[in-house]
Amino acid sequence: MTMIDVKNLKKSYGKFEVLKDISVEIKEKEVVCVIGASGSGKSTFLRCLNRLEEITAGQVIIDGQDITAKEANINKIRQEVGMVFQQFNLFPHKTVLENIILAPMKTRGTAKAEATKNAMELLEKVGLKEKADSYPGELSGGQKQRVAIARALAMNPKVMLFDEPTSALDPEMVGDVLEVMKQLAQEGMTMVVVTHEMGFAREVSDRVLFIDEGVIAEQNVPGELFSNPRNKRTQAFLSKVL
Amino acid sequence: MNALPYLLEGLKVTIYIFVIAIILGFIIGLIMALLRLSPIRALNWIAKIFIDAIRGTPILVQLFFFYFGLNSLEFISFDRTTAGIITVAINAGAYFAEIIRAGIQSMDKGQTEAARSLGLTSAQNMRYIILPQAFRRMLPTFTNQAIISLKDTSLLSVIGIADLTQQGQIAIAATFKAFEIWLVVGIMYFLLIYLLSLLSNFLERRFELR
Ligand SMILES: Nc1ncnc2c1ncn2[C@@H]1O[C@H](COP(=O)(O)OP(=O)(O)OP(=O)(O)O)[C@@H](O)[C@H]1O
Ligand SMILES: [Mg+2]
Repeated sequence: MTMIDVKNLKKSYGKFEVLKDISVEIKEKEVVCVIGASGSGKSTFLRCLNRLEEITAGQVIIDGQDITAKEANINKIRQEVGMVFQQFNLFPHKTVLENIILAPMKTRGTAKAEATKNAMELLEKVGLKEKADSYPGELSGGQKQRVAIARALAMNPKVMLFDEPTSALDPEMVGDVLEVMKQLAQEGMTMVVVTHEMGFAREVSDRVLFIDEGVIAEQNVPGELFSNPRNKRTQAFLSKVL
Repeated sequence: MNALPYLLEGLKVTIYIFVIAIILGFIIGLIMALLRLSPIRALNWIAKIFIDAIRGTPILVQLFFFYFGLNSLEFISFDRTTAGIITVAINAGAYFAEIIRAGIQSMDKGQTEAARSLGLTSAQNMRYIILPQAFRRMLPTFTNQAIISLKDTSLLSVIGIADLTQQGQIAIAATFKAFEIWLVVGIMYFLLIYLLSLLSNFLERRFELR
């Protein structure tokens, strides 16, 4: 079953066309990694999938719903599409637990007791149960990012989007976060991950998209794409990062 | 004769006018800041005109306008105190609006993006994420404006409001002790302002920056 269907997506900032006609179908439970040079449009692509960026042309359909339609209830749709940011973006004035229970309580009217119970289970899952009452400022980068993942999961999303979730982390913190993401992938979450972690892409993803100059220049299963890239630009990019 | 009862009477009026005006001013400021940031052009303009008009004219002219100007129209009649409160409140409101607008705009965009990506509406984002953080950061600037507004209330004596400054003049007319009385009036204002900064410090500690 198709979970994300992107049809002829275009995105311009003024005259500058960042995404030029991107079409891709992502199946339920599929884990797709997006790679490409800096400025190639990876983040923009990801942010079009939950309409943090308004698209210029085309369609984005998530779980059968056209999210770009005028009548689409974007707040409702975003509840189903979790997003994890490079800079974590935790709410610094709220404790870890409050960060996680806020959205379920305010958007779905979940009772506090239930939201808390669910949040504690998620914290256990990301290995941070004992940090429930800490403030984000008291956590390391890796811990912050795991809380951010738990916060997104608390909405029980159908899809998780990750924008370079480990790029702002010290090297020794990267492993913990990737571990949580790997577990999520194994549980069958549909994931789109913009990443520079080629090891993760190779090991965990079902498919890798190489974005170059606003188009998907090449896509393939990771084994093929990494060891046998066909496009010259992919070869050049990989030779730099691998 | 003893001037102190006069001055205490005036102090009460000053505090009364200040408290009401600053609360109203804050509400006006918050509303104007939100209008100023609203995506609707017309609302934007209303707020901009209001803010510019108030910031671009002397408070004494505003006071005369609200008291003598508006009262000269047949269908409006403000008493002195109302006109005084309105003047100080609107004046504070215009400055609060700019402080709050700048505070909201200085927030990291990632906060809004995280909130919206979770499905929170833009109003919920304002209420639970942006304003609580922005207000905490703005506290010192709020205090500054409150102190300015408190000092502004002394201008109200010119339309005959029996505030601390006016009562000082009355006491001097009765006792001829200008030096002592203006000194005491000054000390009373100073103590009020000192109390305000204590309150502000307390709030800053209570809502510690994270
Ligand atoms: N709000 C904006 N206004 C104008 N141009 C923008 C805006 N956001 C992004 N761009 C431009 O669009 C292009 C793609 O940006 P994007 O952030 O998607 O790249 P990226 O592939 O994620 O890069 P990186 O690896 O550095 O994160 C860049 O050239 C960027 O300068
Ligand atoms: Mg990016």
